[in-house]
Amino acid sequence: MDIRLKILRYNPEKDDKPYFQDFTVQNVSPDWRLLDVLHEIKWKVDGTLTFRRSCAHGICGSDGIKVNGKNRLACSLLLKDMNMSKTIVIEPLPSLPIIKDLVVDMTSFFAKYEVIKPYLISKTPPPPNSERFQSNEDAEKLFESAKCILCGCCTTSCPSTWTNENYIGPAALLKTYRFAFDTRDDGGDERLDIIDNPDGIWRCHTIFNCIETCPKEINITWHISQLKKRISTKEM
Amino acid sequence: MIKNYDVVIIGAGGAGLRAAVEIPKEYSCAVLSKVFPPRSHTGTAQGGVCAALANEEDDNWENHAFDTVKGSDYLGDQDSIETMCRDAIRAIIELEHMGLPFSRTPEGKIAQRKFGGHTKPVDPNDPYGKRIPVNRACYSADRTGHVMLQTLFENCIKNQVDFYSEYFVTDIILEGKVCKGIVAFNIATGEVTMFHAKAVMFATGGYGRVFRITSNAHVGTGDGTGLIYKNGLPLEDMEFFQFHPTGLWKLGILVSEAARGEGGILKNKDGERFMQRYAPTVMDLAPRDMVSRAIISEIREGRGILGSDGTHYVNLDVSHLGKKVIDEKLPEITGFARTYLGVEPTKEPIPIQPTAHYAMGGIPTDVDCRVLADEKGTIVQGLYAAGECACVSVHGGNRLGTNSLLDIVVFGRRGGKAIVDFLKTAEFSEITSKPEEKTHEQIKKVLANTGSEKVYALRTELQEWMMDKCGIFRTEADLKAMIGKLNELKERFKNISVQDKGLVFNTDLMEAIELENLLLNAEATVYSALNRNESRGAHTREDFPTRDDVNWMNHSFIFKNENGDPKITKKPVVVTKYKPMERKY
Repeated sequence: MDIRLKILRYNPEKDDKPYFQDFTVQNVSPDWRLLDVLHEIKWKVDGTLTFRRSCAHGICGSDGIKVNGKNRLACSLLLKDMNMSKTIVIEPLPSLPIIKDLVVDMTSFFAKYEVIKPYLISKTPPPPNSERFQSNEDAEKLFESAKCILCGCCTTSCPSTWTNENYIGPAALLKTYRFAFDTRDDGGDERLDIIDNPDGIWRCHTIFNCIETCPKEINITWHISQLKKRISTKEM
Repeated sequence: MIKNYDVVIIGAGGAGLRAAVEIPKEYSCAVLSKVFPPRSHTGTAQGGVCAALANEEDDNWENHAFDTVKGSDYLGDQDSIETMCRDAIRAIIELEHMGLPFSRTPEGKIAQRKFGGHTKPVDPNDPYGKRIPVNRACYSADRTGHVMLQTLFENCIKNQVDFYSEYFVTDIILEGKVCKGIVAFNIATGEVTMFHAKAVMFATGGYGRVFRITSNAHVGTGDGTGLIYKNGLPLEDMEFFQFHPTGLWKLGILVSEAARGEGGILKNKDGERFMQRYAPTVMDLAPRDMVSRAIISEIREGRGILGSDGTHYVNLDVSHLGKKVIDEKLPEITGFARTYLGVEPTKEPIPIQPTAHYAMGGIPTDVDCRVLADEKGTIVQGLYAAGECACVSVHGGNRLGTNSLLDIVVFGRRGGKAIVDFLKTAEFSEITSKPEEKTHEQIKKVLANTGSEKVYALRTELQEWMMDKCGIFRTEADLKAMIGKLNELKERFKNISVQDKGLVFNTDLMEAIELENLLLNAEATVYSALNRNESRGAHTREDFPTRDDVNWMNHSFIFKNENGDPKITKKPVVVTKYKPMERKY
């Protein structure tokens, strides 16, 4: 079976602006990952096609791209899960500067992650020779948020990000939840104050794009709503 | 461009990040990585990290050390193993204090599960008598590596570590037996930088991409081990490469041993639990080398299942564990089975095949991660290595599951401490050569080459041949054939051309340099495998089917000689109190 693709190309050493290039890939199998198709092109047709990838099974978060209008991981999307008779349109993650082809500059994404103090803030020393105790129930409250692989699919899918580049975005908010709701964390208001501003959590208008796009199927909006509740309680 | 740092760490997986956390503010420290740190391969580790915390049942670190020695098929250095297993308890508690979200016991302690090769004696007064599986692997569902990598990255952010993400290391500056820095290029711009340093740590990971079926990420191309070997320093025990028994059929994606730790069972074509014939006591929880050989033996004897791709697999059945256990404790791996094979693990078995997983061998170091220049123990001043790229040796001939995550946190920290000690008196050495010129030349040469050979074609041939000739079962004839093939591939590599001639994010160029590294790793592996005339751990020679403790209680050190040809020397294994005995489970 053959498939047709339209891939956004941009090489800053040659091109003034991005353009779409058509490719046809022959003899694909429905159980191929989209990443396999990109490799097929890179390795056998056009070595200049540029994209990031590493683990190829949805853990490392390298290969977030926009496929037919939605942000996906190329390694977690199988051809059979798409309409293979239609041209597949592939673009880089939106709203970030393009470095080359499907590779975007993630600097601002990681800067937003760093600003929320993404680490355990502990003001009481832990027991010297043992772990801190935590109920399994409390631990499991963190697991869904801790699944995040920082691929950037959610933040770059969010219309609030598109209209305001300063918006901290769902990925950083999810990481805020990860620590704010950890019973071992003493960050409390210190961390919540960082997101409690117009470019912070209140720019989330529950549009749900983040949930729809998250390759780890994290209910990001629910986690953000828990943070909103906590901030509201704090202010009362 | 030239940058000066007290210490430069190459690689931002668990070992590199843990070392970075150890370097105090008063010293400048750069961490280089060819991917963003949270993309590192540590994140794909699943099942757990072992320490004898005794949270679920009685256990002690000596049990863990004995298991590791036996698991290594008595090739691991016992002093290093004792250091690691004793320190494991502190290391895991430290990770918890750093914020790692562990699964918990009903009392709120770190939860522990069973894992292959981890046992304890039935009778504590008879430590070498009958042993049964023990709950020793600390875990966070089946995402232990992911949360470990995240936690270490988070602690580096907290410490404001200076990261150089997407920098590709091309050279090591060695003058005599002194390391003075490294050379790397910025992938986004192609700009070459010399990092002049007092201390350099390699934490560059494994080289699983030398095989066709592997659990390793595309980045696992042995760049660190390749560079060390290319520059005339030794690699140790390169013949020992672990095949994990349960890779997802066709794809090689890891299906954690935790699936069997939680009660999953391997079954052949007839639905038989075949491991009871190979390891009657611990069955499916035997060490990986034994389970992988058992699977290939079943397939060879006609009890495998023929897949649509023409290869054979066996089944891993977890369906009897019930949906609750599967969803709570094995969500990620069962998700892989659903996504990639369309298999519903709560109802049907998962097709699996052995997959190239982990290099036991690597850059030889002492127990403080100082790199050795030879089998006599000469130290390369200022050079350190930790994690999968290193060989301490704690894994010997076969690594036990979970001990890789333990290795990176224990030795990452030890290496960091050793570097800090060294920095107290170290000065910048003068660099007499112009090291970055070699990298400029290398890049220019690859980009200018108009030869007819392609990276993809050569790499695929290498991977297929290595899988076929230097995989789970090996013979002299196959290994010699592989050497012939390698010589051919090395010749053809001279005529490699790439299509992308630019400098901005040129992954075509990177893949060409990575292929050279793969060829170097393959050479070290194949020559070491041909040299070792015995079967031990993951190295199985069909023409020498038994372990030979008289001649081979030795590590192999392979170097390139003056002409660039491999030569091999031996270094005796360190034995403290565990005398080699027959390895039965």
